[in-house]
Amino acid sequence: MFELIGIPPQALFGQLLLGLINGSFYAMLSLGLAIIFGLLNIINFTHGAQYMLGAFVAWMLLNYLGISYWWALFLVPVIVGATGIVIERLLISRLYHLDHLYGLLLTFGIALIMQGVLRNNYGISGLPYSIPPQLAGGQNLGFMFLPNYRGWVVVASLFVCLGTWFVIEKTRLGAYLRAATENPTLVGAFGINVPLMITLTYGFGVALAGFAGVLAAPIYSVNPNMGAELIIVVFAVVVIGGMGSILGAILTGFGLGLVEGLTRVFYPEGSAVVIFVIMAIVLMIKPAGLFGRTA
Amino acid sequence: MTAVTETDAASAVAEPRIRKKGMGMPARHMVILALLLAAGIIAPFMLYPVFVMKILCFALFACALNLLLGFGGLLSFGHAAYFGSASYVAAHAAKVWGLSPELSILAGTGAAALLGLIFGSLAIRRQGIYFAMVTLAFAQMIYFFALQAPFTGGEDGIQGVPRGNLFGLISIQSHFATYWMVLAITFIGLLIIYRVIHSPFGQVLKAIRENEPRAISLGYHVNRYKLTVFVLSATLAGLAGATKAFVFQLASLTDVHWTMSGEVVLMTLLGGMGTVFGPIVGAVVIVSMQNYLATWGAWVTIVQGIVFVICVMLFREGIVGVLQKWLKKTL
Repeated sequence: MFELIGIPPQALFGQLLLGLINGSFYAMLSLGLAIIFGLLNIINFTHGAQYMLGAFVAWMLLNYLGISYWWALFLVPVIVGATGIVIERLLISRLYHLDHLYGLLLTFGIALIMQGVLRNNYGISGLPYSIPPQLAGGQNLGFMFLPNYRGWVVVASLFVCLGTWFVIEKTRLGAYLRAATENPTLVGAFGINVPLMITLTYGFGVALAGFAGVLAAPIYSVNPNMGAELIIVVFAVVVIGGMGSILGAILTGFGLGLVEGLTRVFYPEGSAVVIFVIMAIVLMIKPAGLFGRTA
Repeated sequence: MTAVTETDAASAVAEPRIRKKGMGMPARHMVILALLLAAGIIAPFMLYPVFVMKILCFALFACALNLLLGFGGLLSFGHAAYFGSASYVAAHAAKVWGLSPELSILAGTGAAALLGLIFGSLAIRRQGIYFAMVTLAFAQMIYFFALQAPFTGGEDGIQGVPRGNLFGLISIQSHFATYWMVLAITFIGLLIIYRVIHSPFGQVLKAIRENEPRAISLGYHVNRYKLTVFVLSATLAGLAGATKAFVFQLASLTDVHWTMSGEVVLMTLLGGMGTVFGPIVGAVVIVSMQNYLATWGAWVTIVQGIVFVICVMLFREGIVGVLQKWLKKTL
């Protein structure tokens, strides 16, 4: 066995894979945040709770209704997205004329409620969700062992992220969306139903979080606090990337996941804070973020 | 009659923005401060002193946040970093270095000020929502640091902090003795905040909150003002946190957790952002609520979430803000 700068390759590639998986979740969640922020101008603090809700709904579908992982992948985003649409219509839509900070405070409150309710009913110890049989096992790649499910998470997340990018950047619907981000009044004047678009955008962003939750369920244990810690890291990712560009959000997400994985190899004590340190450096050098436009 | 009251209400709403020139304390504020002090003196005879001390610490914490949020217009979602790290430093100073309480509290407060200076100078590079996210992220960094650092005791925190002798002379072993120290610290902290709000500095701060480009065009170094108020707010939050370490004789991860940052924002919002006395009311309500719901587990979180939603949807002025509207006086 050869060694790379004193690190066995299994350890290095293992941590890089772990980083890539964390990066997949950073990318999917920061993408959702960026889309919602673009059109609604609010930071969706509930995003972490909605990701957690996605994992819980997948668990409930399996344990109460016997619905398998593969159906959950389609059903959960629809269900979680629908709850998002209800929240947007009932609560968030009434705050658009106010300071954006109120949107943050409102969604923070909603996140607390969701977390509290699930903690009351399911405790904090976490619920197991097994890997679907089709993806059990793994591949020996020679230099490392790749569990099939982990490979699938990276592929699925890349697919969803790039799909979202394609829809927003290359289709007519996406063009409307980008136009409404720039100037909602003008787009409304062309006869496009902007409030409906805003609602659906929120629903879509939330559905992305729900989808990420399903992907996460077999890897991390399903527990009410799984989203809260993650969303704060994702906020840092968003600050680093800047919310101006879709591709930027995806790249920053995956990139920072890898950096975190590398840190875990070379300086394990620093792995929990490395993203925040990068955020501080980016704030010093390029305050608008790597892909951001100055506000 | 209704028409008259409506115009009066409108002018009352506008009043907090345009203040009279005189810097003297209005009589009603003096009365309120005197009443608060009197209540603080009577309270330990009627209620459990530790409970009242908790309220006092959180009242100071919330007022410190309000200085930044209500008067500077900057939402810090990471104030637990300053509260908690001051608490850790004070506890460490008293327990390991054997410093007297006042020096330990000073050390904790100093640490919070330094931290506020570092994080503040970075955070003010972004505005609005980004500012909130940056402060939250930095606070989470402190949380991870506290979780791993050798001197913080990880999950256990620093327990059994000795209360010792104030100035090396007065024993504060009993809750009752500690109480007077806490009351004095809180009251001095509140007076400092009051003074800052009503100083020329405070007026410029409000101008920046209302219209930053205009403040810049008037020649104010906006970032210098923002940083100053950030450091002041972090310092006072640290003072509250350091004091808290002596009340519970404990510094723990709860103090630096993001839920703590959320709680203090909630206190300020519920009491009334940008009012002088609102955060105190908010702290009394929230701490009492936590006390009564303590045995109900996650219900505390749920109720806090509901209060958040109700405040934002229906009640944005907060309790004292609504009172202000009725009385047509700034409180």
